[in-house]
Amino acid sequence: MQSKALKPEEYFIKDEPFYQSIGEEIEVFEAAYRQGLPILLKGPTGCGKTRFMEHMAWRLKRPLITVSCHDDLTSSDLVGRFLISGGETVWVDGPLARAVRNGAICYLDEVVEARKDTTVVIHPLADDRRVLPMEKVGELLEATPEFCLTISYNPGYQSVMKDLKQSTRQRFVALEFDYPDAQLEAEIIIKETGIEDKTAQQLVKFAHMTRDLKGSGLDEGASTRLLVHAAKLIVDGIKPVTACKTAITQAITDDSDMLIAINELSSSLF
Amino acid sequence: MSRQSLTEAQIIEFLDKCLEVEFSFVKNEIPAVDIVKQSRPHQDFILNLTQRVAATNIELAYQFAVHSKQALEEMDLLMVEAWAMSATDQYDKQGLYPAMSAIKNLDQFIHTAHVKACGAVFEEEASILLPFIQGLAGRKLKLAEAEQAYTDTETIFIPAITALFETKKENFLHYKVTVAYLWAQIQFGSFRVDLEILSNDPDKLNKFSVLENIRLEACLERELPGLYRDMQILKTLFHPEHEQDTENLLSIESIQALLHENAEAAHSLDIIENIKVDQWPEVYCYQGTIQIDQVATIFERRIEKEKAYFRVALSELANEQSNKQDDNPIEETDENSAFKLANKDEHTKQSGNIDLELDGELITPPEHVRELMTSIIVDFGEIPPEYLFAAGPGEYDLKKYQEEEINPNDVWKGTYHEEGAEIYNEWNFKRQYYHKNWCVLRELEIKPVYDDFVADTLNKHKGLLKSLRHTFEVLRGEDKLLKRQPYGDDIDIDALVDALADTKSGMEMSERVFTKMHKEDRNVAVIFMVDMSGSTRGWINEAERESLILLAEVLEILGDRYAIYGFSGMTRKRCELYKIKTFDENYDDEIKARISNIQPQDYTRMGVFIRHITKMFRDVEASTKLLITLSDGKPDDYDTYRGEYGVEDTRQALYEAHREGIHPFCITIDEKARDYLPHMYGAANYAVIDDIAKLPQKVSDIYRRITS
Repeated sequence: MQSKALKPEEYFIKDEPFYQSIGEEIEVFEAAYRQGLPILLKGPTGCGKTRFMEHMAWRLKRPLITVSCHDDLTSSDLVGRFLISGGETVWVDGPLARAVRNGAICYLDEVVEARKDTTVVIHPLADDRRVLPMEKVGELLEATPEFCLTISYNPGYQSVMKDLKQSTRQRFVALEFDYPDAQLEAEIIIKETGIEDKTAQQLVKFAHMTRDLKGSGLDEGASTRLLVHAAKLIVDGIKPVTACKTAITQAITDDSDMLIAINELSSSLF
Repeated sequence: MSRQSLTEAQIIEFLDKCLEVEFSFVKNEIPAVDIVKQSRPHQDFILNLTQRVAATNIELAYQFAVHSKQALEEMDLLMVEAWAMSATDQYDKQGLYPAMSAIKNLDQFIHTAHVKACGAVFEEEASILLPFIQGLAGRKLKLAEAEQAYTDTETIFIPAITALFETKKENFLHYKVTVAYLWAQIQFGSFRVDLEILSNDPDKLNKFSVLENIRLEACLERELPGLYRDMQILKTLFHPEHEQDTENLLSIESIQALLHENAEAAHSLDIIENIKVDQWPEVYCYQGTIQIDQVATIFERRIEKEKAYFRVALSELANEQSNKQDDNPIEETDENSAFKLANKDEHTKQSGNIDLELDGELITPPEHVRELMTSIIVDFGEIPPEYLFAAGPGEYDLKKYQEEEINPNDVWKGTYHEEGAEIYNEWNFKRQYYHKNWCVLRELEIKPVYDDFVADTLNKHKGLLKSLRHTFEVLRGEDKLLKRQPYGDDIDIDALVDALADTKSGMEMSERVFTKMHKEDRNVAVIFMVDMSGSTRGWINEAERESLILLAEVLEILGDRYAIYGFSGMTRKRCELYKIKTFDENYDDEIKARISNIQPQDYTRMGVFIRHITKMFRDVEASTKLLITLSDGKPDDYDTYRGEYGVEDTRQALYEAHREGIHPFCITIDEKARDYLPHMYGAANYAVIDDIAKLPQKVSDIYRRITS
């Protein structure tokens, strides 16, 4: 089977992505969207930020353009650049410019990873001006009411370099995400994978064990995403201890003693 | 072709020399008779080891040679070496007599070696067991070594070695189940009973242990089924005969109640007297012992302390809450705010994951309060109602509960105390082995002295500083525009014009028509280790201080992370590292004042400081880690740390540092340094400065050179 190639602005999410609301985040997002306010999602990795965005794009019926930021991402990667075609230069929009032009939702994932100059182009979009300056073509691109800018940020990284500047963060409506409470998390795993209730509970308990170790040997505990991975493996017939080992333990640490300790925890649990 | 075996005369000659027979009067004929019968490789092996042991003690080496024949018969070469080295370690720790008995008592060594080979050793497994118990829910527990396995409810103690079972795997399992069982005692409330009833009645305590085991096993089966299975494995391996006794107990109705989810320890205590069986089962191997006194002492201290901390934390929360509600002016009331527990269902209750309620407002307690709540719940099974009143002003004095910090200077007074100090190994090149836990290192503060030194220095070197600043500014990581790139952010018009011209004239078009910004990131962390030995008194010390000031000035421009430490000491028991600037501190007036007060102290032992700094570097993330030593001579200490010994230990420490990705570099003013520094640091990693007056300039120069 051949996969379909789509332009980013044509990527509409047709089926409802499963998202379990924890608080009022859906209502707040919708209100911010109607008011043209940009949104900042805070929270640890794998707690459902990206899924939330997909869900909201589906709800609002707008295309979702996601950019995963990395430390080499420059403003031209977002806005666009000239390319050469047949001896001439041609302007090609970057994902952010496309999103503004087409009234899409632009989601800049892990924005702190990007280079500092990218924040310069975000700022005018993120306040009441709602314009994207395109210096190289000498234009200002005005955003339509449908356009929405969302960025995500993981405050868990305790590096000064990876902190969001006040001038940036104070432009956004912030939604905080965290791992759901035990009961809810188990329900999420069950809905995502169809795993039986008892195993889901045990997986959540295991996740709490690893989260308790955060700061004493682990940088980060097991995320909901990892639990879903493990549950999927278990549903497919893998033994729980092996599933935890491969889908969770190996994913959260490389330290050999820690690996053994966490494996001992999972083998005690199942 | 194998070499010829040594003759008896040759062996005696060798032994005479390395055992210094003219002073020691040992009879080398005795070991020689045995050694001569060995094959040549074994002869060499024994003689070499004898020589290495002789570096520690001659009498010990002689005994080793005498016993070598028996050792070779009973152990392989690696074990023989381990045996010899364990004796030298013993000598370091306790002196000649125990070391001699270690050599003579070969059988004992073989036995322990066997135990060690298949047993689980605390030292090795602690790094696994600690995260294991901390991952299990509840209070953050500590792990320590003791004669017997038990817990005082804050620390879990287990023996240094366990070798009840035949394989290493089973012995580890024994460790694991033991710590988990002791954890279960705390978590499921074995100590939530009146402990006094048990304290003077060993028989009753024993029966209590047995009943609690039944209850806790049921708890573990529910909570950690995998661990429960492990327990059963150990039981059948080690206590098959107890099965029946336990079965008998389980047929009694009042005991069956212990299996229930809500069963409490008090029930175990209540029913003891009523149970009549012929044979009580013995305590299982993983149960450890119950140390009533220890539990009671720790319990009493903690209860009071946690109540105080919790109620003070609540009053802080209450204050925050009233500050938040700006519109309601704060009402001054004499009554303490009363909190309530929210969402109090069984499941969340156990995890301590409870929200608090104040005047109908939900408050999610911060992490440290949550930990306190967890700990309180572990003790009482709930948060007692009287805890939920915020403390009134001045009701508690929390200082009372803080553990007194020991002032390092006080510890020094009187005898050599090793409390709170860091202990490091030291390399003995003759022995080709480390002296274990040999050097005692302590970090000390330097008192800042606010005088004119810094201002004078800056003034004196005004010109130099200006030019240094200039050179270092050039170095600073700046964006570079790279031209003619195959891909990039923008079009390089010049390159494009060329390329188009090429195409017009029929040539192939170049693809390199883009410009790209290249960011030069300086990710350098550097620690300066400054010699503060007595020999730097005067000139050198002043030059060192001036160098540091200039260096700090230019490093601030460069933005490299840096730390400065001074080192000195006297003998291995007193190695002192002076904190001048840590990575976290900013270069401010206090740091300047500390530099100004760098005073010459005693001697120069180096290996231990390098090892300590290597350890410090582990927590620093940087692509380049530099360790720069400013020194005035060879390593030299009051004891035997001089000459080749000191040089070799330093070399070994530098090698260890290098292995961890640290680049060592040495700047020295010792003119003879060329004789030994290449051996220690490698041919390119040192600089000798002939003129002390030039030190300040050179140091910055060298730094620029090695980091660019």
